[in-house]
Amino acid sequence: MQTDTQIDVKDVSFTYDGSSAPALSHIQTEIRPGEFVAILGHNGSGKSTLAKLLNALYIPTEGNVVVCGYDTRDEKLVWEIRRRAGMIFQNPDNQIVATVVKEDVAFGLENLGIPSEEMIPRIESALSAVRMNRFADSAPHQLSGGQKQRVAIAGILAMEPSVIIADEATAMLDPSGRKEVLDTIRMLNRSKGITVIWITHFMEEAALADRVLVVTDGSVRLTGTPAEVFGHVDAMREMHLDVPHMTALADELRREGMPIRDGVLTVEDLAQEVEKALCPLKSAT
Amino acid sequence: MLNNITIGQYYPVDSPVHRLDPRIKLILTIGFIVSVFLAQSFSGYVLLFAFIFFVSRLSRVPFRMLLKGLKPLRIIIILTFFLNLFFTQGENVWVEFWIIRITREAFLQALFYSLRLIFLVAGTSLLTLTTSPVALADGLEILLSPLKKIHFPAHELAMMMTIALRFIPTLLEETDKIMKAQMARGADFESGNLISRARAMVPLLVPLFVSAFRRAGDLAMAMESRCYHGGEGRTRLRSLKLTRADLIACLVVAGFIALVVCSGLFLPF
Repeated sequence: MQTDTQIDVKDVSFTYDGSSAPALSHIQTEIRPGEFVAILGHNGSGKSTLAKLLNALYIPTEGNVVVCGYDTRDEKLVWEIRRRAGMIFQNPDNQIVATVVKEDVAFGLENLGIPSEEMIPRIESALSAVRMNRFADSAPHQLSGGQKQRVAIAGILAMEPSVIIADEATAMLDPSGRKEVLDTIRMLNRSKGITVIWITHFMEEAALADRVLVVTDGSVRLTGTPAEVFGHVDAMREMHLDVPHMTALADELRREGMPIRDGVLTVEDLAQEVEKALCPLKSAT
Repeated sequence: MLNNITIGQYYPVDSPVHRLDPRIKLILTIGFIVSVFLAQSFSGYVLLFAFIFFVSRLSRVPFRMLLKGLKPLRIIIILTFFLNLFFTQGENVWVEFWIIRITREAFLQALFYSLRLIFLVAGTSLLTLTTSPVALADGLEILLSPLKKIHFPAHELAMMMTIALRFIPTLLEETDKIMKAQMARGADFESGNLISRARAMVPLLVPLFVSAFRRAGDLAMAMESRCYHGGEGRTRLRSLKLTRADLIACLVVAGFIALVVCSGLFLPF
């Protein structure tokens, strides 16, 4: 079923068992098919809780989450939802089940009851989509963190999902592993049209998204394109969140009187703006 | 360091024995164990030895690997030998002085009992040397699956074995890390008597257990999010198929058991 919204979060609140304060309160958002949404927030802001509500690992205390037309409240639909909305977790070691890479990719398919002849091509194409086919017969402990996360992505991909939810999937990786995983996810988002929900506390990663949701103390404070969200430099700082370095620098320069537009995110953006400000004639020609 | 650890005692080479179906190998090992108990005469033990020798040759597992498997049991084997030697009653006395009395019957019984132990260990070692632990878990799951009817958790057992195997290297790595961290803070794991060394293990084991539990929680959530809901309706990537080699192996072992039984019945020694 294809609708205009892939995930519909309708006035959702969530309270953990035995806790008095809600972890999330009155979250409202719609995610469109093919969108790359970053959810930004510091530790304990409720962003991971939100992720787990999106594939029925948690059921909202109030409100409804509808994924691909299926309500997570309906217990019969749990497996349908989880097949369509795959999730990658923070710790690369704690989500690999099997002792061999290709068998781990098969894990989800085995759970769905796919016949083994059909599994083999699906595993191959999933592994080549994340460029890990060379490692099909390797043991997980021989791989780097970034490679393990790519295997985890392949495991989800083999189940042919419409949404991938990454819950701080890069938080435990080194810079090159982070880039590796992020590049893989962006490529899948663009080439296969898979909706991506990217939960992170890295501003530079959020800057690459189509839309950013900033979650603080269990509610969405800011939402919009990265340029719009990071434009609120003061509001972000107030929430103990940084903005990308270039945005911060642009803000400083603007305060010093340099005419620089809002929404600068990358080095290239800023270089262009500075050039424009310093040599107005040259850039005009 | 951690890349070349072998789990269990699997000896990874390619051989006709390695390629056999794990289910068949499990059943044939049980068959072999039965034949060890059926052997009653000297010729039977010669046959058993010949069989072990033949299979180890065929499997390309070096004979010393089998001997290595016997090493931890050497005390039990020696004890079995001497207990039987000194305490079995018999007619044909060979040696007699003070309270020691060794008879021909006692010697033969001592020899046979210890040989029996050696063959049992060698036979089961051949199974674990030629079958990877994961294949073994798979084979066990299928062989035990009829017991699901009486609520025996065959699938869960095999899944637990696989996950344990998967996490052995991870936990080893972690132990190493914690050990170094504690040593950097002045912990001493190597000196002192047994009790103080055991006590020194506490700051190593506590964090290790805490992290193992956290991993277990994480893994359970990751498995659920990938639609894991127990063994029901599950398919498997590696479906086990019986081949001609499996059939031949069955026939060979059946013939061997028959031979052992006949040797006990018809051969005079």
